[in-house]
Amino acid sequence: MRESRELICIGCPMGCQLRVQLEDGAVTSVEGNTCKRGDTYARREVVNPTRILTTTLPVRGGCRPTVAVKTAGEVPKTLLLDCVRAVRSLTVIAPVRAGEVVCEDLCGTGIALIAVRDVEEKK
Amino acid sequence: MERCDLVITGGGPAGLAAAVSAWEAGVRDIVVLERDQELGGILNQCIHSGFGLHTFQEELTGPEYAGRYVEKVRRLGIPCLLDTMVLELSPEKVVTAMSRERGLFQIQAGAVILAMGCRERARGALRIPGFRPAGIYSAGTAQRLVNMEGFLPGREVVVLGSGDIGLIMARRMTLEGAKVHVVAELLPYSGGLKRNIVQCLDDFGIPLKLSHTVIDIQGRERVEGVTLAEVDANLRPIPGTEEHYRCDTLLLSCGLIPENELSRAAGVALHPTTAGPLVDESLETNLPGVFACGNVLHVHDLVDFVSEEAAAAGRSAARFLSGGGARGHRTIPLRAGKGVRYTVPAAVDPVRMDEEIVVRFRVAGVYQDVSVVASCGGEPLVRKKRMIVSPGEMEEVRLKRADLLAQPDAEEITVALEMKA
Ligand SMILES: Cc1cc2nc3c(=O)[nH]c(=O)nc-3n(C[C@H](O)[C@H](O)[C@H](O)COP(=O)(O)OP(=O)(O)OC[C@H]3O[C@@H](n4cnc5c(N)ncnc54)[C@H](O)[C@@H]3O)c2cc1C
Ligand code: SF4
Repeated sequence: MRESRELICIGCPMGCQLRVQLEDGAVTSVEGNTCKRGDTYARREVVNPTRILTTTLPVRGGCRPTVAVKTAGEVPKTLLLDCVRAVRSLTVIAPVRAGEVVCEDLCGTGIALIAVRDVEEKK
Repeated sequence: MERCDLVITGGGPAGLAAAVSAWEAGVRDIVVLERDQELGGILNQCIHSGFGLHTFQEELTGPEYAGRYVEKVRRLGIPCLLDTMVLELSPEKVVTAMSRERGLFQIQAGAVILAMGCRERARGALRIPGFRPAGIYSAGTAQRLVNMEGFLPGREVVVLGSGDIGLIMARRMTLEGAKVHVVAELLPYSGGLKRNIVQCLDDFGIPLKLSHTVIDIQGRERVEGVTLAEVDANLRPIPGTEEHYRCDTLLLSCGLIPENELSRAAGVALHPTTAGPLVDESLETNLPGVFACGNVLHVHDLVDFVSEEAAAAGRSAARFLSGGGARGHRTIPLRAGKGVRYTVPAAVDPVRMDEEIVVRFRVAGVYQDVSVVASCGGEPLVRKKRMIVSPGEMEEVRLKRADLLAQPDAEEITVALEMKA
């Protein structure tokens, strides 16, 4: 099956309007890009768009109410909202250390959620 | 009175990078004064990723980027006083500060680096008619509430202004379960990064309305809705284009301004365009031994360049403290020419300067296919082609010492855009 998709390159402020032709889900051509980066971006973005998710979790017994966390790798874009929903049921207990894994496998993606900063215990 | 070779006001990324580089350049008596209870500045609330691509070739979150510098400062053992507010700076470099622990105290500094960052443009600066009900926040305040306090300020949101903080918050509020109806931007282009428009708005189907503004806010106690209208080329609302949105929250993302009350009171001369100090190529202000870097100097969009600039300020302060880098040589003013709003620095000393210096500037509009030209007496010194430039992304051009020394009669250097005919 042939299809055509339009997207905007995020490589630089030019924001080239890219047209991608696909055949049976595989990219056959990219047009509209001014440089090579646009081509690379389009191929990745059309077939498997992924993002790093960053959010916060409540901390119990911490000197601050929340800790910022991120996924250790990129998760599929389509799962972003499911992932944050899954995160909402989590709480961590102080002390938390930057780099600490707070969830081994987020929402079945196989990707871990890690703390990006320290939170000390409340004195 | 206490003495200290180098006093750094502000412990954000600028202050920390300046401290590290001054130490590496040999200064051992340094103190960083920070009014907050922790180091890292505004980065602590910027939990999204995308920091450090230039510096660390890695995509870090704000707290991680700050963490790298906090770690360096700790390892070197540079003292940082937290919960310490700098109240006053005198032209003789006496710093007056206050903390709960020490009360009011004064330090005679050998050199001072200003690194107080910036703040958001106040709501009062925006002329929106109507009452001032609850539910109107600056995007940065909302960012602090959500990310630091764990409190979602509203559920039905309209964002005015498409600066990066507004875009980032549109995504953040959506992820937290709010409905962001629209982002309205007064200008015909967004001041935010393309990356943020795609990943913060398009990813979640949030519309961006360019050339639109808020003309009315409804609700007396709490925001109940806003009215948007399209604006004409003179930024005046066009009758008949009004659209109504029900919402309980309006986020304003309308730009940042350097925080210079302290500098102004000390007699530091400010730049009319940037609202930051006027500095020469060593990032020194008109007060000898007082340097500035980071957002207090001019608003940056990438923290990587803040760190780079701050490191240069640290080295200059070290040179000043060791008795070098005195003024008195000839300095050549830098002028912002066609299409350029300002340059930092605003002057260079061709004898004192390093082999090469970075001149950062912002352009006045979106232009395609231009050349950035730095020239002197009509002679181009550097010419650089740019496919596109936009006010939202800081530009730079590098000047070489050898080139300037070859122009002994230079009266000024102009940085300008050359448009294609
Ligand atoms: C709300 C907001 C969001 C931002 N988001 C991003 C982003 O997503 N990505 C990005 O690259 N950039 C972002 N920026 C720009 C960001 O500020 C810079 O990248 C970087 O943090 C600037 O570093 P700085 O050290 O100059 O300023 P800051 O990080 O603001 O640090 C200044 C420090 O000085 C302290 N200070 C100020 N006055 C005094 C005083 N009188 N006494 C003692 N201490 C004082 C402050 O408490 C603060 O810790 C944002 C800016 C703001 C305001
Ligand atoms: S294709 Fe190249 S020029 Fe066009 S937006 Fe992407 S990076 Fe920029």
